Amino acid sequence: MMTMILAYNAVLLSFASGLLALMSNQCAMLLTLSQRFLTVDAHFPRCRKLLDRILEESRYASLHRQAVFVLLGLSGVFAVLAGLSVMMGQDNLTDQIGLGLPWLPWHVRFDGLSGFFFLIIGIGVIAVSLYGPAYVAFYQESQHPFAVLGLFTGLFVGGMYLVLLADDAFFFMIAWELMSVASYFLVAFQHEHSANRRAAFIYLVMAQVGALAIILSFGVLASFSDGLTFDALRQTTVSTTWASIAFVLALFGFGMKAGIVPVHVWLPEAHPAAPSHISALMSGVMLKVAVYGLIRFCFDLLGELQWQWGVVLLVLGTVSAVGGILYAMMQPNLKRLLAYSSIENIGIIFMVLGLAMIFMANGHPQLAALGFLAALFHAFNHSLFKNLLFLGAGILQHQTHDLNIDTMGGLIQRMPQTSFLFLVGCMSISSLPLFNGFVSEWLAFQTALQVDVLDNGVLRSLIPVSAAALALTAALAAACFVKVFGMIFLGLPRSRNSEKAQEVKDKSMLYGPALLAGLCFFFGIFPNIIINLLNGVAKQLLGQSLPNDAALSWLWLAPVSANKVSYSPPMVLVGVLIAGGISFWYLRRNLETKTMRRASAWDCGFGGLTPRMQYSCSAFTMPFRRIFARVWLIDECIDKEMQGAMDMDVKAVHYHLQVQDHSWPRLYQPITHGVNQLAKRVGRIQTGNIRVYLGYSFVTLILMLWVIS
Amino acid sequence: MGDQLMTWLLAIFQTLLFVALAPLLAGWLKWCKCHLQNRQAPSLLQPYRDLLKLTRKQPVVAEHASWIFTRAPYIIFSAIVLAASIVPLIAVDLPTAAIADVIVLVGFFAFARFFLALAGLDIGTAFGGMGSSREMTISSIAEPAMLMAIFTLTMTASTTNLSFAIIHVLNEGLVLRPSFVFALFALMLVAIAETGRIPVDNPDTHLELTMIHEAMILEYSGRHLALIEWASQVKLMLYGVLIANIFFPWGIAQSFSVQALAHGLLAIIGKLAVLAILLSISETLLAKMRLFRVQEYLSFAYLLGLLGMLSHIILEASR
Repeated sequence: MMTMILAYNAVLLSFASGLLALMSNQCAMLLTLSQRFLTVDAHFPRCRKLLDRILEESRYASLHRQAVFVLLGLSGVFAVLAGLSVMMGQDNLTDQIGLGLPWLPWHVRFDGLSGFFFLIIGIGVIAVSLYGPAYVAFYQESQHPFAVLGLFTGLFVGGMYLVLLADDAFFFMIAWELMSVASYFLVAFQHEHSANRRAAFIYLVMAQVGALAIILSFGVLASFSDGLTFDALRQTTVSTTWASIAFVLALFGFGMKAGIVPVHVWLPEAHPAAPSHISALMSGVMLKVAVYGLIRFCFDLLGELQWQWGVVLLVLGTVSAVGGILYAMMQPNLKRLLAYSSIENIGIIFMVLGLAMIFMANGHPQLAALGFLAALFHAFNHSLFKNLLFLGAGILQHQTHDLNIDTMGGLIQRMPQTSFLFLVGCMSISSLPLFNGFVSEWLAFQTALQVDVLDNGVLRSLIPVSAAALALTAALAAACFVKVFGMIFLGLPRSRNSEKAQEVKDKSMLYGPALLAGLCFFFGIFPNIIINLLNGVAKQLLGQSLPNDAALSWLWLAPVSANKVSYSPPMVLVGVLIAGGISFWYLRRNLETKTMRRASAWDCGFGGLTPRMQYSCSAFTMPFRRIFARVWLIDECIDKEMQGAMDMDVKAVHYHLQVQDHSWPRLYQPITHGVNQLAKRVGRIQTGNIRVYLGYSFVTLILMLWVIS
Repeated sequence: MGDQLMTWLLAIFQTLLFVALAPLLAGWLKWCKCHLQNRQAPSLLQPYRDLLKLTRKQPVVAEHASWIFTRAPYIIFSAIVLAASIVPLIAVDLPTAAIADVIVLVGFFAFARFFLALAGLDIGTAFGGMGSSREMTISSIAEPAMLMAIFTLTMTASTTNLSFAIIHVLNEGLVLRPSFVFALFALMLVAIAETGRIPVDNPDTHLELTMIHEAMILEYSGRHLALIEWASQVKLMLYGVLIANIFFPWGIAQSFSVQALAHGLLAIIGKLAVLAILLSISETLLAKMRLFRVQEYLSFAYLLGLLGMLSHIILEASR
């Protein structure tokens, strides 16, 4: 019960922070209120004085912001505690809240799976609350009211908690909609730009279409059962055909929210539009809630799994992973790039979930547990490093007034602390050993390599190919984030803004990213902490834990069998430290050559290297553009301006490059076109003449009477 | 306990041997190539002399270089040394082999490459960017091909641990497996691309437009250059040892007696010498490819890996 109270506290505190945010401009009102009602306790002069100081006009705004984020951070802390305690106790708590429909109170259930996602949300929310107060201060209060931002942030976070707690379809959908609609207002927050309004509109439309699909999928299950509670849905047995229909609908709905290709288009639009800490929450946390929904629906409610569904997940995941990172590579806008990279990571999660499903349906629950664990661990890791990178992007946007990677450069000299934290994020996301991203990808490879146990020849050849696609994804991600870090922080500054950029003044802004970076490294060295927790979740949900949980000591990671595969990150770290330390000490022991001589870089003897001679983003990715040319819609042209008598001298060269997603013209434009056509057809019967409308009602009436009689 | 200590010491000794022998392999390769091309060969020990000389010099660093540039050589070197520690050189079943498996090995290479590419971008010249961009491109197509070849092996041996995989191949005896033939060729092609040899990259060139590896390290000097050169020599030897010991593991020591170890050492030296001769012949016969032909070359390697995998699944699967 203690755990349940912790979880409720998390929800209530997030709502409270939203409500408190509404008080942002009510300083004067609060002052009068306090003067009117607190006159009685004149014998507490100290209290009085404190209140007056708080309500002082100049101080109120910043204190108020702090208070809102403190409440939000506390809700994160409670969420982490609740998640940890439910996972450690391996509990399965249920409760009912007397809200909602009279015959259907809200059912609440808190088990290991919800607990794990509580942990993910909690960590994200804590990091954002540490970062938020200083970041939000940049917005001009007049144009962007903090009340709106704070209110919807609170509602958004609370909605996500409630989705995880829901134990009946009705409550689930209410919480889901709360989350979607609240985040719509956050995307539309800076609505003075038409691009942001468009992004928010696309997001809203897609969120609603997805929600419809989810409602339908619940409907399919509910029509065979006697109620909307998850318990009732769990107990029904549905024919394979109907179960497959429900699966496809759920995949469409949850996949749309998670941003799987080809229903991903809202993601690269919405993430850059929202303020950075909101994009961090949306990308790092909300996408995971969609993954949670899919897992809950497929692995828990749907009953027996079919391996064909697993293949669908695997293929979609592979396409999303490879496509996501290739699109990410071409983006000059940092936040768009990160959004596309989220698509890639969600793709990886879907791939591994598909593997788990295939193994489960083929009667290998232990291997299914391994895949399941790899997917959840990757979800956790992605939430850490993507949050970190988005928060870093927010800092960069503020310090350089730009998000275009091509205008940055050389920031490692100017922003050493930010650059270090960002480097940790880049290394984790590129899945380099010693960082957390590597561990989950390693587990994914291990899952894929167990394919030998399957009988089906198609699966046996499909899975290794998808594993090779995973390898391609990892290598491309490394290339992409070498580009990101190299273009932003290394080299020479490419614009005046980045030349004048400085490290953030308010160091509290770095605490959030520092926390996340620390966790990235910590769980890269000691992944077993999370894996042990997840083992319990897998036991609860799949009835199976890892094949070899005896080998899960703190030092070794040997998920399949101790004498087949093993990885020991702490020993790798020790090895790296020894090798690096010895070479460092040995080579610098001579005092004469210890110091380095600085000289200008090699310029081929022409002199005068300028920042414009460096490789730019589009130059760096040019080989990729040529090799994978079919993947994008590339619009590239070089205009030469000529001058001189013969028009032969080049005056100026303009290079223009636009890289676009295939899904817009291929998928969405036909749909919008169709909708417009349909609207025109419908418009034809609307003449605007009242007599015609009267005629319509008359005919309808006659028809109805005819039908009834 | 004493036994364990012995094996750990042996593992450390093997790693040191690996790192120490790498320049010799580079020297031997150069010697073979020179003789094939009718040139006068430098001594076999020349790479050691070069490294020693470089470590004694004061490094010159570009003005804008950050800590990434000056620390990257140490990071690259330690990642490669660690990679060397997990690959069985003269004996199998050493404790270090369990620290990391073959996927982590690929991860170490990725780690080293990540920092090398960043170091290339750090100085802000066109050369560095060019090298980094090309290196990342080639490696990102080479990595799936390499893993495809490795998956064929690991699925046959049903382990990703290199030491156990080699023991498995040894126990099987001499069986001609079509999948292994494909995988061997795939891995050889990848090894040539990843270590920057002809026809993908030319280690001897300083012609601006064709450089890949050299372009990234153009600004390095002194001890930094020594570390990077040494790391790339170790990397070349790593690929050689992988090919030699996975596909032709006979001779490697399975017990830790002095005789077996000496036998193992001689065997690996012989195998590497032969591989180096093959490489020098192919380097003499072939010319460097255009950059955008490299993708076709690597796609071919991937295709070979895929064929190996499929022939394993279709022809050799145990069920």
